[in-house]
Amino acid sequence: MSVIAPKFRLGYFIKAILDNIFWIIVLLTLVGIPAIQIVLFYADLPIINGQMLTPFLAFTWMTHPEMSIPLVKSFMQTDFFRIAAFPGFGFGALLAAGVIFVERKMLAKLQLRVGPFYCGKVEGILQLMSDGIKLLTKEIIIPAKADKPLFWVAPLLFVGTAAAFVSLIPVAPKTVVADVDVGLLAVFAIIGFFPIITVLASWSANSKYPFIGGIRALHQMISFEIPLILSLLGVVILTGTLNLSEIVESQATYWWIAFLPVGAIVFFIAMLAELERIPFDLPEAESEIVAGWLTEFSGMMYGLVQLGSYLKLYAFAGLFVVLFLGGWHGPMIWPPFPEEIVNEGITMGPVNVQISGLPLFSQEMLNGTLWFVIKTAAVIFFILLPRGVFPRIRIDLLLHVGWYRLIGLSFVNIFIALGLLYAGVLGPEGIL
Amino acid sequence: MTAQLPPGLQLEKVDERIMTLNVGPQHPGSGHMRLIIQVDGDYIVACDPDPGYVHRGEEKMAEYRNYITNIPHLERPVIHDSCNILYPYCLAVEEILGLEVPERAKYVRVIASELNRCVYTMYWLAIYGIFLGHSTMFMWPAGDRELLIDLLEKITGARVTHAYFVPGGIRNDLPANFEDVCLRQVNYFEKRIKEYADIFYDNPILISRTENTGILSRQNAIRLGTTGSVLRASGVDFDIRKKEPYDVYENLDFQTNVLQSGDSYARSKIPWLDMLESCKIIRDALKKMPKSGGVRVKLKPNPKGGDVEVYRRVESGRGALGMHVVSKSKPEPYRVKISVGSFRNLICMPYLLRGEKLGNMPAVYWSLNYWPVEADR
Repeated sequence: MSVIAPKFRLGYFIKAILDNIFWIIVLLTLVGIPAIQIVLFYADLPIINGQMLTPFLAFTWMTHPEMSIPLVKSFMQTDFFRIAAFPGFGFGALLAAGVIFVERKMLAKLQLRVGPFYCGKVEGILQLMSDGIKLLTKEIIIPAKADKPLFWVAPLLFVGTAAAFVSLIPVAPKTVVADVDVGLLAVFAIIGFFPIITVLASWSANSKYPFIGGIRALHQMISFEIPLILSLLGVVILTGTLNLSEIVESQATYWWIAFLPVGAIVFFIAMLAELERIPFDLPEAESEIVAGWLTEFSGMMYGLVQLGSYLKLYAFAGLFVVLFLGGWHGPMIWPPFPEEIVNEGITMGPVNVQISGLPLFSQEMLNGTLWFVIKTAAVIFFILLPRGVFPRIRIDLLLHVGWYRLIGLSFVNIFIALGLLYAGVLGPEGIL
Repeated sequence: MTAQLPPGLQLEKVDERIMTLNVGPQHPGSGHMRLIIQVDGDYIVACDPDPGYVHRGEEKMAEYRNYITNIPHLERPVIHDSCNILYPYCLAVEEILGLEVPERAKYVRVIASELNRCVYTMYWLAIYGIFLGHSTMFMWPAGDRELLIDLLEKITGARVTHAYFVPGGIRNDLPANFEDVCLRQVNYFEKRIKEYADIFYDNPILISRTENTGILSRQNAIRLGTTGSVLRASGVDFDIRKKEPYDVYENLDFQTNVLQSGDSYARSKIPWLDMLESCKIIRDALKKMPKSGGVRVKLKPNPKGGDVEVYRRVESGRGALGMHVVSKSKPEPYRVKISVGSFRNLICMPYLLRGEKLGNMPAVYWSLNYWPVEADR
């Protein structure tokens, strides 16, 4: 036993930390600082507001924060910020983390228990962080007969595809990572990737239960993709565009859910199936096929798949809001910025620095984001709710629902949309 | 016979289509047992249950201990239903030793046995819920079960392994003011389990999953020797409490629940209806129970019986539970044969699962009211 788990000693622990610090200092002084000097000597550093941008400016910004504002503003215009932070991956991941916490607490209240309780003192709000650390520090076990490169790359592909989906969702006016003219087609193209990744993951594990789960996921996703796409045609017919931002703009007065409730319901059900959530969680049915296509994933690989699936959940909820619930539209509830802040900036800090160039975001954008998040949270609530109410559906019933009921209903929805268009109620020359 | 195929093509063999799955013993959808399932796509071609992973030799152990020291270990096979598994043993030993149980003890036995039946059924229902992917149905029965466990703890002093029934009565009398507490808890419990109909038994998805799956006809149910809720779900009105009443069941007012369809839905609903009936029995027994009197016959230190064989059976949470005790004029029983409902219901599983979908496996398997530990003994 002692060989497997060596006894913990405080002395070893301190020594390990000191060793690490020693090597960091040595490498920094021998490699890092000379490297910075060489780069500074040869590279042309950008000049912003007449000032050369060097790494040593960080010391200056500590006493003069106003000098960093132009840099921050220009950084926020870059593609990197939009992809990684807002409104792309970071924003989605933050919402997804919130969703996981809310799901666990809500489900617990529904089932007469407390849910996460201890971690983080207040109602277990740090439970997710502790779970993340646990997953990061766990050993990753690869099955011996697995196709290792594909098995490694599948979780990364899953997260990457989910993040690509997130990047298409417009959060606020002009706040979208990729403002594609054929945005809805791009969404369908990205949704089409998920079955492939699932099958790759399940097949490369070379194990029975993942294989059955992967085939189930393939059946489910493909049979529900058709009603998913058809149910959105009504919106496209009425707006005449595939651009998601323009679809939101068209809902300034009326939300499409008021005219196309059938399409919204069909899209919602198909969305639950695409997300593999209860009652459609057949690919992960634990009492039949252990954990389905996730069976062989361990450690952070499993964590990445979970992150990807919650990003996907956020993206689908956002798509529902964009298409049916009016996206960012809503009453202006964010207070306007005072004139003096916009014109002169604010005075703050112990050394009284005048910071001009604020605010960083416009009022429309903050308001739009607020409404978008509120509506998305409401949709996510309804996505989470069936988990406490329904058992799992069976695969033949699922396919029956997908192929017979939902496709029929989505055609009904298309006829409703066409009727509204030709009756002259809605559309380019409509009376509304 | 074999026609020449063009190069590059080959016939698919039937054996290659069929995949063998070992469901269990390390599988979330099996108990302490293994199901060797052969699937063709999503359809089950053959199913071979392989119990025996928790065999503990209870019957052999009983031959080395005397009639009293057998009590704590004979309840181990199904600790959630420990009063009912000791019931036939106590009845049989009482007949061997010629003991007459006091009237009050008989009523207390009935109350404890019905409480324990509900505790077991709630546990079973919780697992049935999670097998069908209904996590709320896992948490609710597991929580409401505590009401009755608290009551049993008040009576016996232990939460699950009670060792309460002894030959000649019960171990100790009821605590003071027990009747009021019991009535209150049982009434609340009955109100709670009626709510399960809303979320579980009337749930359209549950009905679509369990109805018309694993149909066991009346003839097959009798032919395969099933018992308990499985038998009653197939339309056979057979309840030991009615057919061969023991202790005071003939004085009590209750009825047996019979459904005709014989599918998984009926099999899952019968234990729930039985729980509602148990609440009635408990209330009736509390009303008719003598308010005072002895509860236990004083035994000699090492009681011996004559050369007799006695077979007694009771209705447990999983059906008829019989014990065949052979006495050879010694303090120890010569042989204790336990006949459990779980094992007898397991026999029909290969018949029910053949031709079903893999997704129906948990719904059919756990509707058989099967407890792997009890079946292995």
